[in-house]
Amino acid sequence: MGGDFLFFIEATVSGLTAGVMYSLVALGFVLIFKASGIFNFAQGVMALFAALTLVGLMEKFGLAPWVAIIATVGVMIVLAWLIERLVLQHMVNQDPIILFMSTIGLAYVLEGLGDILWGSDVKVLDIGIPQGALDWLLDDYGIYIEKLEIVAAATGAVLVMVLAVFFSKTRIGRALRAVADDHQAALSVGISLRTIWVIVWSVAGIVALVAGIMWGSKSGVQFSLSLIALKALPVLILGGFTSIPGAIVGGLIIGVGEKWAEIYFGSLVGGAIENWFAYVLALAFLLFRPQGLFGEKIIERV
Amino acid sequence: MTEHRRIVGDTLLKVENISLGFGGVQALSNISLEIREHEILAIIGPNGAGKTSMLNVINGFYHPQEGAITFKGEVRRAMRPYIAAKQGIARTFQNVALFRGMSTLDNIMTGRNLRMQSSFLWQTLYYGPARREEMVHRRRVEEIIDFLEIQAIRRTPVGRLPYGLQKRVELARALAMEPELLLLDEPMAGMNVEEKEDMCRFVIDVNEQFGTTIALIEHDMGVVMDISDRVVVLDYGRKLADGTPDEVRANQNVIDAYLGVPHA
Repeated sequence: MGGDFLFFIEATVSGLTAGVMYSLVALGFVLIFKASGIFNFAQGVMALFAALTLVGLMEKFGLAPWVAIIATVGVMIVLAWLIERLVLQHMVNQDPIILFMSTIGLAYVLEGLGDILWGSDVKVLDIGIPQGALDWLLDDYGIYIEKLEIVAAATGAVLVMVLAVFFSKTRIGRALRAVADDHQAALSVGISLRTIWVIVWSVAGIVALVAGIMWGSKSGVQFSLSLIALKALPVLILGGFTSIPGAIVGGLIIGVGEKWAEIYFGSLVGGAIENWFAYVLALAFLLFRPQGLFGEKIIERV
Repeated sequence: MTEHRRIVGDTLLKVENISLGFGGVQALSNISLEIREHEILAIIGPNGAGKTSMLNVINGFYHPQEGAITFKGEVRRAMRPYIAAKQGIARTFQNVALFRGMSTLDNIMTGRNLRMQSSFLWQTLYYGPARREEMVHRRRVEEIIDFLEIQAIRRTPVGRLPYGLQKRVELARALAMEPELLLLDEPMAGMNVEEKEDMCRFVIDVNEQFGTTIALIEHDMGVVMDISDRVVVLDYGRKLADGTPDEVRANQNVIDAYLGVPHA
């Protein structure tokens, strides 16, 4: 029985840490959705682009990891500014669906740009995050947990705390929420839409970079990285599109749920539950609690 | 009749020969009007007369094809919302435009946005100067909350408030900007008698205690005649009359526009 229990713990922890990785991606979506009501289809590609840029800067220019990270943050901020300039500015007061379509276009542009600038081969991303298992856990208890996953979890936690305080307690955080609620009213109190959009896309870009670093370190930087955005969708549906804590909890539930489902029910249906479990869970949520666990319930006064 | 103690001063804002069209529709045709310091100016007219368009031109939501706007001596072809807010023009909206997901307090705090200066970095860390600044502005907002008697709904998300209170929160947000010119788009629309009386009292108090210049759009003629110093009448995008409530009431054009002209 002892072995079973250890296996359960191992699966749970590994689910939790995988969940944090999903959350990191979902977080980028939530930020932009919260502040501008746009569902940013390009979020996954932004993570890919950030990771590609980071690797490219390190490989081609021989920059030290931390210099390259700072430079990539700079690139993501410039990118945010360009997106505002070239895309969003011309889309003010358009329907959400039109903005959504423009982010699909953006996704393809970014993917192509990454390809042209840095090439399309799979790259190894090594910025010195320790790899391999935590030895003492493995030796003393026989539990296998990746160091990288622990680093990812810690980074995710810090990121969420900073963002939560930023959104709820500061002037810019309030301005972000104000813009999300009502463009005209926000303008009338002197909030500059353009500044807010540049800020929020920059922050989303930086979150994408963090996600890109974690996923890239784990499985290499390749174009399939942009597909992790698909995994973020059920996380968003579970957590609610407007909730930062929701993105985290949603990610954890899906991470753990996948693992448990695979272990305990996988044999019943011939395995591979892990691949579709998240989507079925999201479907159930759409049926019974469409605003997600933490989303703002839409109140309509009649 | 209310007795105003403050003295109406020089011209604060002047719009000259404003024309604004949307495709084939001419919303405003060659309109000039001025708003004087410390006065309460009412803009009235039938539906579709161009009243809201006029406010939108003044605070920069609409850019007129022709004309000029002079605010505090500075002449502009058109306002921009950011400049308007920065220069001291605040407004409310016909269909309440609050930040629905946020509490009353946070809504009002957004009005302090332009007056808060601490840097992005401090704010991210919510540390030192940013925190102190937050406190100072919070105090000012509490004064406004007391003034408008909305203490009880401080923490309530505004989406849940009844309409009358939402309008009051919207006024509070505008007041938090400490504006020189306050534009109110139908501040009493859809209110019951009691709420209307409260709102009237607040408008007059704001004008008298803070000396804020107010331009308001209102359909309730009783209210308009009671509280305003001057009245501008618009009809089909044109200016029909401009003067004291008594002058406007006696103006034949105005009577025709409101009561119709007999076809004889």
